[in-house]
Amino acid sequence: MWFNHGKLERHSLLLLIGIILVISIGGLVEIAPLFFIENTIEKVEGMRPYTPLELEGRDIYIREGCYLCHSQMIRPLKDEVERYGHYSLAAESMYDHPFQWGSKRLGPDLARVGGKYSDSWHRDHLINPRSVVPESIMPPYAFFANRPLDYHNVADKLKALRTAGVPYTDAMITNAKTDLEAQADPFSSDGPKFKKRYGDKVLQRDFDGNPDKITEMDALIAYLQMLGTLVDFSKYHPESGENNR
Amino acid sequence: MSHREKDEHSGIDTTGHEWDGIKELDNPLPRWWLYIWYACIAVAVVMWVLLPAWPTLNGYTHGVLHQSDRVQVARDMADLKARRGAEGAMLTNASLEQIEQDPKLQTYAMAAGQAIFGDNCAPCHGAGGAGGKGYANLRDDVWLWGGSLSDIQQTITYGVRSGHPQARLSQMPAFGRDALLKPDEVNDLTEYVVALSHRKADRAAVYRAAPLYAQQCAVCHGPAGLGSQAVGAPNLTDADWLYGSDRQSIHDQIWNGRGGVMPAWTGRLDPDQIKAVAVYVHVNSGGAAAKTQ
Repeated sequence: MWFNHGKLERHSLLLLIGIILVISIGGLVEIAPLFFIENTIEKVEGMRPYTPLELEGRDIYIREGCYLCHSQMIRPLKDEVERYGHYSLAAESMYDHPFQWGSKRLGPDLARVGGKYSDSWHRDHLINPRSVVPESIMPPYAFFANRPLDYHNVADKLKALRTAGVPYTDAMITNAKTDLEAQADPFSSDGPKFKKRYGDKVLQRDFDGNPDKITEMDALIAYLQMLGTLVDFSKYHPESGENNR
Repeated sequence: MSHREKDEHSGIDTTGHEWDGIKELDNPLPRWWLYIWYACIAVAVVMWVLLPAWPTLNGYTHGVLHQSDRVQVARDMADLKARRGAEGAMLTNASLEQIEQDPKLQTYAMAAGQAIFGDNCAPCHGAGGAGGKGYANLRDDVWLWGGSLSDIQQTITYGVRSGHPQARLSQMPAFGRDALLKPDEVNDLTEYVVALSHRKADRAAVYRAAPLYAQQCAVCHGPAGLGSQAVGAPNLTDADWLYGSDRQSIHDQIWNGRGGVMPAWTGRLDPDQIKAVAVYVHVNSGGAAAKTQ
């Protein structure tokens, strides 16, 4: 053998240099391309950072482990496109930290569930899934309706996400709390300013049907009703060369 | 230190390492395993050439086959459409009435409609379409927004209170919650509605509520309580109740003025799918002609 392995194993410094060398090659091949991520994520119109209320809903989604049974990833396969709609784009998870693609579907995929059912259906379904889908095996989450949403640190959450690259503006961060309250109240006087920050398409209503307080139900339904609705597919051309992959 | 020798028991070389008298045999890898491993490496090299594989600084290697999942799924969807054949194409051109009257087209639309209904409509309206509290029953001839084929098509396409500009839209006031009526008046009206549906009710309350009904409710529900499909106001004289027929449910409804939301399906379902599911719903309901009241 041209190389005496024994020598490498007996000198800790030599071994260390060898390890670093091998890991750097792996890193260069696997990590370096991520720095040129512009060509991995499609250029689409409509993607925006999550509103504070949606973000809180997303945190509840993660807290309750919804991802264990629901995926958020429609693969480019015929059966999935037939059932769930347009396959998911990389751009649709670009503000997710972490992404919620999931790996198991005990329940259906939720990547495009936004707007598919009414708020009251989501409410009924989360309180008692069997009341609307008799064959469902989902556990009930009735307590969402009674638990007030704890959003005292929502501005910090926005700030943390900005560090990770989500384009929250200063105004979004300073007004996070009022924006959250405005989204859950269709008559809020802060509504216009909130819509100016997050776009006209953003949903502003009393998601849980209880105008007296902002509950975890409000946040989760706001999140679910937004899923998969952001990208403007009328302006996205999957057949154009750059997007075909 | 490294000192290879032949092991006298097995006749195989040792690795030459020794730990406190323990030595290690230098058995070769099983041949079958080794050759499969070589084969895997060879296949990997072939796949690097054929398929998208390596990231580069400004893209990735496309491979000589130019395989692309997104191109493939577009092709699969086109194939699917082609395989669904002439009936599928005829849905596009035929009117709803033609589809329903032509047995062949109807069979096709019913089969397609059932699959679409099961995935998209059944969560609210139930697998059989019988609905539930707050979700309309589609198996009877009572319709909130009209039961003709074109009415059903419009409701499915644009939804009810869905936020779509062409959605069916009406809103019952929350007479109690928004303090438009006093609690006593809501109680009286409850009795009045019970009386409207031909049940025993408190006569004095009904008498007191008559002018209130004429003033507040008749504009949508009609002076005789027959309702109006133009504004989605249910008929109050029949036995069909969206939110329950007991006094408490009726009271809650007058108090809160709930109104269901049905999403607009345009954009999610294509026009042919909406046609198929409209025919499916219409045929399943018994195919009642539009009753305008």
